[in-house]
Amino acid sequence: MCLAVPGRVLEIEERDATRMAKVDFGGVVKDVCLEYVPDMQVGDYAIVHVGFALQRLDEESARQTLELFENLGVLEEEFGDHWGRAAKDAGAERPAGTELPADRSEKEARS
Amino acid sequence: MKYLDEFSDPVLAERLFDDIRALTTRPWSLMEVCGGQTHSIIRHGIDQLLPDEIRLIHGPGCPVCVTPLEIIDKALEIASRPDVIFCSFGDMLRVPGSGRDLFQVKSEGADVRVVYSPLDALRIAQENPEKQVVFFGIGFETTAPPNAMTVYQAKKLSIPNFSLLVSHVRVPPAIDAIMNSPDCQVQAFLAAGHVCTVMGTREYPDLAARHEVPIVVTGFEPLDILEGIRRAVRQLETGEHTVENAYPRAVNEQGSPAAQKMLADVFEVTDRSWRGIGMIPRSGWRLSPKYREYDAEYRFSVTGIETEESTVCRSGEVLQGLIKPHECAVFGKECTPRNPLGATMVSSEGACAAYYLYRRLEAPTVNAPAANTPAKEASSVG
Amino acid sequence: MADTAPASASAPAAPDFSGWTCPAPLRDHERIVMGHGGGGTLSAELVEHLFAPAFGSDVLAELGDSAHLTMGGARLAFSTDSFVVRPLFFPGGSIGDLAVNGTVNDLAMAGAVPAYLSCGFILEEGIELSVVGRVAQALGDAARTAGVTVATGDTKVVDAGHGDGIFINTAGIGLVPDGVDIRPQRAAPGDAVLVSGQIGVHGVAIMSVREGLEFGVEIQSDTASLAGLVADMLAVCRDLHVLRDPTRGGLATSLNEIAGAAGVGITLDERSLPVPDTVANACSFLGLDPLYVANEGKLVAFVPPDHADAVLEAMRAHPLGKESVRIGTCVADHPGMVVAATGLGGTRVVDMPLGEQLPRIC
Repeated sequence: MCLAVPGRVLEIEERDATRMAKVDFGGVVKDVCLEYVPDMQVGDYAIVHVGFALQRLDEESARQTLELFENLGVLEEEFGDHWGRAAKDAGAERPAGTELPADRSEKEARS
Repeated sequence: MKYLDEFSDPVLAERLFDDIRALTTRPWSLMEVCGGQTHSIIRHGIDQLLPDEIRLIHGPGCPVCVTPLEIIDKALEIASRPDVIFCSFGDMLRVPGSGRDLFQVKSEGADVRVVYSPLDALRIAQENPEKQVVFFGIGFETTAPPNAMTVYQAKKLSIPNFSLLVSHVRVPPAIDAIMNSPDCQVQAFLAAGHVCTVMGTREYPDLAARHEVPIVVTGFEPLDILEGIRRAVRQLETGEHTVENAYPRAVNEQGSPAAQKMLADVFEVTDRSWRGIGMIPRSGWRLSPKYREYDAEYRFSVTGIETEESTVCRSGEVLQGLIKPHECAVFGKECTPRNPLGATMVSSEGACAAYYLYRRLEAPTVNAPAANTPAKEASSVG
Repeated sequence: MADTAPASASAPAAPDFSGWTCPAPLRDHERIVMGHGGGGTLSAELVEHLFAPAFGSDVLAELGDSAHLTMGGARLAFSTDSFVVRPLFFPGGSIGDLAVNGTVNDLAMAGAVPAYLSCGFILEEGIELSVVGRVAQALGDAARTAGVTVATGDTKVVDAGHGDGIFINTAGIGLVPDGVDIRPQRAAPGDAVLVSGQIGVHGVAIMSVREGLEFGVEIQSDTASLAGLVADMLAVCRDLHVLRDPTRGGLATSLNEIAGAAGVGITLDERSLPVPDTVANACSFLGLDPLYVANEGKLVAFVPPDHADAVLEAMRAHPLGKESVRIGTCVADHPGMVVAATGLGGTRVVDMPLGEQLPRIC
């Protein structure tokens, strides 16, 4: 529903008592209102929708998510998902507590 | 672009597909709530690559699609006035009201302008003090704070010639309504990530618990969508029904307190009709009494306009996931993006339009000629 | 559709149905809307249902970018184009450059060697002479670069408020070399589909300076005359099947027109599409698809498979074709339809746009 893209804050200024920024979307620079993310700093990434920054992009989370994807196949190859396979072969549900290691670490990271 | 390109990586996508295949043991029906996700799914051909057991139901999350006919008729009425500059997001211009759209009103002499941001409309009001400038305030929780800001600023900066035509909608009541529907086939939701940038995830645990349905907050890039699907399937396979956040780089639990504060100040919750679905209690926002003077419906006295919807179009069932777009008898025949009968065919994000654009290959009926079919007239509303 | 004509038309002469086209009403709109100028379905319908029946010309019925004529034994290409761009000057060019290159390229896409241009200026009362002078100079320079002569012209002035500063119409004629037959109808299954460089550049450059949309981006319009590039391509392969410059409506529109005209299908590999990052990123935040964004200095070519490599090499050797790539193949499947293989390995239909693309929020 809502087209929003990540951009990097280049500079911040007050305009009409409103906090505005120049935000860089990979070589495309656009004026963006920062009123809803008061703690944004130059260099931060924001999720921008219709000229408004709505949320700071958490770069550490982005990195972790990608790392999780990187490890998906590898962990499976390494440890083997025998519970899942066995359950699937038997046409049964996966027994509780047998999630993939990657899944467990996600859950812990979640909170 | 950084944080977009990495999340489209085909190698990582293949890992996610593999994992989803490994997890899936039987048929599941998932609804992606948001039209942006529908767009991405079909744009990248994701649904073709999923295991056959997984069925994606396209949800009602396109604000352009669900804007009620009545509000569009009011917009057309207001835009037609000679003293008005009517500003709108681009995708709203093609949505037909009862027989006309904003493009047509523009061709008849109305001053209708496409803006990128609602702040542009406010600027136009400042630059044209002799005109009434109206902004068409549509959208979900994502777009409501930007639109709210215009009214807040108009009051603060004393810009008397600006007003907002409000048709905002809220996602959680829609999810509730879908789950309450007796025909509901949805077993898990991919919740709309950008709505949650503003609102956080706190509205969902109650829904997940009450309806015993997994809700996974999901982003929009291919890998985000696959991760949302993967987590939803994992919950379904293990019999869980919790709220998970698969879009943590943009979404946290509390959302944006500043935006929520603005919403609480400028808007109040109201019952809202959704085009193609009908009334959903407490599913919308209107301007709060404090800002009533900036409400275009009051300023232009269009509160009396009442309209009914087409009966042939089954967009309501499409939006609720009861049928696929091409299962509608008029899909691709009387009803095309060129001649939309229903909301879902109008916006490029609408489920029907997305199907029409990207899936014509699989739905041969849609190649039938659309011209000279009298059904359009017979079924049009009015 | 001729047999459905109303029998009640009591014209004094006997009715003649031989050349009759169904005068279908413009379905939705009683008036011209902006989309009629967008190069998509609405534009096509306006020509097909209103202009072509009114003019009743066999040549026009081919609906190519330029007409193929034979006069005194010479094969001519003849084309016209009108230019209404706003603003008049934009990064990388002006309305003057477009007015020459647009028409020259229409001729080049018929394989013709462009020779003469006409030039009609419609000026709005009040516009500064210096602006008109700069546009005229740009037009003259572009004509010299393209190797064409502006042979005739006209000037009209309209009341203030009835124009957009300057409108320009140009028409051009060129000679088609012997043995060259380049038409959309000649696209054949097996043809390689080549594009001469990065797409979407002109459209994004224009959008970046359009009122209400302004954004900062280091990008310049690609407006250029493609006649030289076409000549180099013809030098290595006389039998080019189709050439098209994907202007309004972008590559998607041109490919759909060709697929429709020839009754063939086209498959694209999205990963091979030369979309520069700035274009991709501007499209991301506006919600647009680069395939639908205008180009003014690119061409798409349908080349018999045996000649594809040679033509591609010739294109890359020309300054305007350095980044030429093969983007797809013409196929016998799904006639009239363009299907793209996505980056993830799925497929999607690349449809004909309705009117102009608009920024979307959702």
